Amino acid sequence: MSQGKVWKYGDNVNTDVIFPGRYTYQIMPPEEMAKHALEDLDPEFAGSVRPGDIIVAGKNFGCGSSREQAAACLKGAGVRAVVARSFARIYFRNAINLGLAVLQCDEAVEALEKGDAVDLDLAKGEIRSAKGTFRFLPLPDSVIGILDAGGLLEYTKKKLAKE
Amino acid sequence: MGKTLTEKVLGRKAGKDVQAGEVITISPDVILSHDNSAAIIQEFRKLGVKKVRAPEKIVIVLDHIVPASDEKYAQNHKSIREFVAEQGIPNFFDINAGICHQVLPEQGFALPGKVIVGSDSHTPSYGALGAFATGIGRTETACTWATDEIWLRVPETMRIDLSGRFRAGVFAKDLSLKLIGDHGAEMANYRAVEFAGPAAGDFSVGARLTLANMSAEMGAKNGYFAPDAKTLKWLEGRARGPFVVASSDPDARFESILAYDLDALEPQVACPHTVDNVKPIGAVAGKPVNQVLIGTCTNGRLEDLEAAAAIFKGRKVHSGVRCLVIPASWEVYREALKSGALAILADAGCVILNSGCGPCLGAHEGIMAAGEICLSTSNRNFRGRMGHRDSEIYLASPATAAATAVAGKIADPREFA
Repeated sequence: MSQGKVWKYGDNVNTDVIFPGRYTYQIMPPEEMAKHALEDLDPEFAGSVRPGDIIVAGKNFGCGSSREQAAACLKGAGVRAVVARSFARIYFRNAINLGLAVLQCDEAVEALEKGDAVDLDLAKGEIRSAKGTFRFLPLPDSVIGILDAGGLLEYTKKKLAKE
Repeated sequence: MGKTLTEKVLGRKAGKDVQAGEVITISPDVILSHDNSAAIIQEFRKLGVKKVRAPEKIVIVLDHIVPASDEKYAQNHKSIREFVAEQGIPNFFDINAGICHQVLPEQGFALPGKVIVGSDSHTPSYGALGAFATGIGRTETACTWATDEIWLRVPETMRIDLSGRFRAGVFAKDLSLKLIGDHGAEMANYRAVEFAGPAAGDFSVGARLTLANMSAEMGAKNGYFAPDAKTLKWLEGRARGPFVVASSDPDARFESILAYDLDALEPQVACPHTVDNVKPIGAVAGKPVNQVLIGTCTNGRLEDLEAAAAIFKGRKVHSGVRCLVIPASWEVYREALKSGALAILADAGCVILNSGCGPCLGAHEGIMAAGEICLSTSNRNFRGRMGHRDSEIYLASPATAAATAVAGKIADPREFA
């Protein structure tokens, strides 16, 4: 369980505004990436985000480039989860592979606004706030093993070690 | 119940009958990566294995920032070259090949029935030749290098039936923008898109590459044309090894079917800052621009350069415009030299750059300052993608781009016939 506040954005938040292309081919650690998170969408975000915060957005979050930093920079910034109406497919895979929770919940997207305090309970599948308790769609079985292992690298490491 | 091309291709790899919705684990035929191989190598090193599982399946093409524009990129390239030598990866293309999405088809890796995964979002391009091709991330690429395995959900398929013929001045790029404008940037999220109908066979392989490439902007997992005689002819002398041609059964299950009449289509422009903010040319003509970009994996092929040259012939780039031309590969570059297209573009005052991704992703070779406007033949116009966050990108066909470069403002190519 984690507590934090909401950062709210609209539809089609693309990977160029989550992590600009000018930094994409510079290799940097996640905490350095975090300094550029959402730089071209919300210049206030990187300096003010706190561990446990969640991002709430509309449909097709993470559309565009396959750049994994768009998930890594949010994780590096301490973002606990992204809650959206839908996700672009590569972003969805990348987030799972890095251990960033990506949750679909229309009701939460409709109700929650910037600054709202929320408790996120991944195990129970709930987001709780003063505006109500929202249940999100369970993740597909195929990805739970990866999330449980802490991401695809750890999952693959264990698998390779068994061989 | 019949099968879609995607179900057949993935089923063959899985060694069983599969249908949309099923999750399978398969061994891909090709694992593509580019300059981001440097980051992938770092992830691979964390896995605790020394060797990649199947070096012959890995294809690495340096294209994003070539030649290296600073020390960091130079170091990335150097570490990739060292890794290629260390692992014995036979299929490495250095800075003199071109954009991966042009090089893989040209070099015969993109073949009907193959499963290609790539650490680039425009990997679906290879569906133009009947492959199942989809984009993945860096960590996933590193793990696939190590395991030679990947899980995939078999996607549902949306079919787009095309009829009629393009009028003069209208191209595959206009069709792709019209589709995305009409149905939104997530129109095909998680799904396969099949381009079909009586007009599909008329599309050149280049035009098919443009549409399959733009299926990424529809959110698609993969986009494709069923292979036909045109595909097979194009692959003669290119294909690396045998391949199996598949196409959708007449009674295959399509999640939805759209129909488009090419006769009714006019040039389209995607306006800032989303690919689905599309307007017909008449609604945006007259907007002054500072830069025009003709190239990229979407529209940097010979037919694209020739469409631009047809407009530039006997005309000049407007004095207020910088017109950048980037052939998608060095094969295209050499063909355009021979065809005379590059001479026309140079005479018109275009700046012809080396084959590669150029400024498309905002790293070098034509970055824009605050307030500047570019009309580009590329595939994305997101805020800040090609430079300052207060610059703007409009997307259009190579013909519209050439007309715009001549006029100094967004212009209808049909007026330059």
